[in-house]
Amino acid sequence: MITVDRPTRTRSVASKQLFATVLQRQGAAVVLVLVVAVSWLTFPNFGTVDNLRDLALQSSFLAVIALGMTFVIITGGIDLSVGSVYALGGVLAAYGSQWGFFGALLLPLVACGLIGLINGFLVAKTGMAPFIVTLATLLFARGLLLAISHEGSTTYKIAADSAFLTLGRGTFLGIGYPVYIAAILFVVGGIVLRRTAFGDTVFATGGAENSALLMGLPVARTKMAVYTMSGVLAGFAGALTAAYLESGVTVIGVGTELDAISVVVIGGTLLTGGAGSVLGTVVGVLLRDVIQNIINQIGTLDSNYQAVVSGGFLLAVVVVQRVLARNRERR
Amino acid sequence: MAVTTARPTVDRTRVAGWLQDYGVYLAVAVLLVFNVAFTANFLSVANFRTQLVEAAPVCIVALGMALVIGTEGVDLSVGAVMALSAALVPLYLGYNALTAVIVAVVAGLACGVFNGFLVAYLGIQPIVATLALLVGGRGLALVIAHGQLVQLYNPTFLSLGSGDLLGIPISVVVAAVLAVAAGLLVQRTTFGRRIVAIGGNRAASRLAGLPVRRVLVGVYAICGVLAAIAGVLATSRLSASDPANVGLLMELSAITAVVVGGTPLTGGRIRVLGTVMGALLMQLVRATLIKHNLPDSTAQMVQAAIIVAAVYAARERSRR
Repeated sequence: MITVDRPTRTRSVASKQLFATVLQRQGAAVVLVLVVAVSWLTFPNFGTVDNLRDLALQSSFLAVIALGMTFVIITGGIDLSVGSVYALGGVLAAYGSQWGFFGALLLPLVACGLIGLINGFLVAKTGMAPFIVTLATLLFARGLLLAISHEGSTTYKIAADSAFLTLGRGTFLGIGYPVYIAAILFVVGGIVLRRTAFGDTVFATGGAENSALLMGLPVARTKMAVYTMSGVLAGFAGALTAAYLESGVTVIGVGTELDAISVVVIGGTLLTGGAGSVLGTVVGVLLRDVIQNIINQIGTLDSNYQAVVSGGFLLAVVVVQRVLARNRERR
Repeated sequence: MAVTTARPTVDRTRVAGWLQDYGVYLAVAVLLVFNVAFTANFLSVANFRTQLVEAAPVCIVALGMALVIGTEGVDLSVGAVMALSAALVPLYLGYNALTAVIVAVVAGLACGVFNGFLVAYLGIQPIVATLALLVGGRGLALVIAHGQLVQLYNPTFLSLGSGDLLGIPISVVVAAVLAVAAGLLVQRTTFGRRIVAIGGNRAASRLAGLPVRRVLVGVYAICGVLAAIAGVLATSRLSASDPANVGLLMELSAITAVVVGGTPLTGGRIRVLGTVMGALLMQLVRATLIKHNLPDSTAQMVQAAIIVAAVYAARERSRR
């Protein structure tokens, strides 16, 4: 990338750049390790198996949403509808559970996938700004949810003998199924992003859309695919939550899109698109929930500090990213 | 919204451009006529008062949002700023109402300057810079208020939300005065011309020697102050400080009002009167749906459709 004649300079620049890259990509991981280490030593209840198990389970729902968001953000877009779609997915899963396991699973996936497809179509084919399109579908999905649940007055319950419940409540080796499901999705997501032509196109779309178009890459199709994926994953996370809570709770998911965006950005994915990783997103999710866990452990702290810490951390990450990017531009 | 099956001689892009410029007035007129004809008790002073009072906070926030969008930016933190100002009011109401209002507005100013600094001096995308305050701001407000709703009893402060000035509700007067001020700012001042210039072409503005950074900070500061004023009025009307709910999704309503009013998201153009009408239109849509017993769910879906339609129309124009 950089061609500097004097070797000494090259080395110092290279090492500086390496440091910058490490800070940007792994900064959150370093903070996560530090926070976990400190809280392990400080709070006797933090390191217990029960607590860690709960932590993993709680993280898995947001993680599934954030996986889709990672793809969308890497293409240079944003998806604000995931919070509403997540809630809609939960209600549809509970509603669909009257037709058995597959009804409960397929209804939310198809419906939420369709909403994602609408997002993708409007973004890719009409050139409307992603945040305004997905703001509109945020409203639309919430409206649809209210219509299905009779203005929020009906909470659909999943029958106690339904096989669908095991998806949220079952455990293997003491760890809940949602944790395994999220882990599998992340492995698949990581392979798709790093090892397939589709993943390359996702990066190219966000990095330099015009060049990607000129190279003949299917930019529009890729965008439609990532928004659809985001919708499906958010709906799936909702279905998992419904299976865990044994009902379709109508009031969840308000502001979840902000949580998802925050953890993706904290994980080192650039909101300008073109760079990012699913592993970073895992770190971002864990960091958020570990901090939440510590605030609960302290007990005397207002739980609203969680939002303050998230906002502050988000700000710090964005400022550091910007400063690093600017230094790189200068050279 | 309007019928576009006009004579074949009419150019489609001209219709689209006309729709973007005057569509909002047309839509407000159509809705008014519809309501006068089909809605019981619509033509009453009490009803118009209610509609205007309901629209006032959104309108005030939307004015600031229009200025920010004019610079090719966006401010997602307005709802959080409203919550912050609502949380601060009861803390200083013990001195007197004026102090409480001043503190709330100064907090809004600080938030705006902070956003502006991130955008102008650090060069962070507006959507990201203001996202941090959106996430953290309401949390901070709830921490300040200990997560609780506080009933307010100060009569001077409460009169802001319920009192009249010359027979017109005070909040409506405030909104009208601010709208006129914003109009004058955009049309008649150097600052206003600079905002539009920066939104139109930032690089050219910089080369022309405009103080781009200072103007940007100023614009976000104005937006923060207006959001804080809206928070104060909403709190006063509610006669309680409710940081958990005040201004929730306000960023969405404000952006909608601005976009529906014909201000393009790509910057370089600010339509103040259109923004006011946009806020009124969204309020009228909601009122019409409610008065005809359509549920909240339908109202939200209709709003979503209006947003998409408005942005789609705006896009036709910017392509031309």
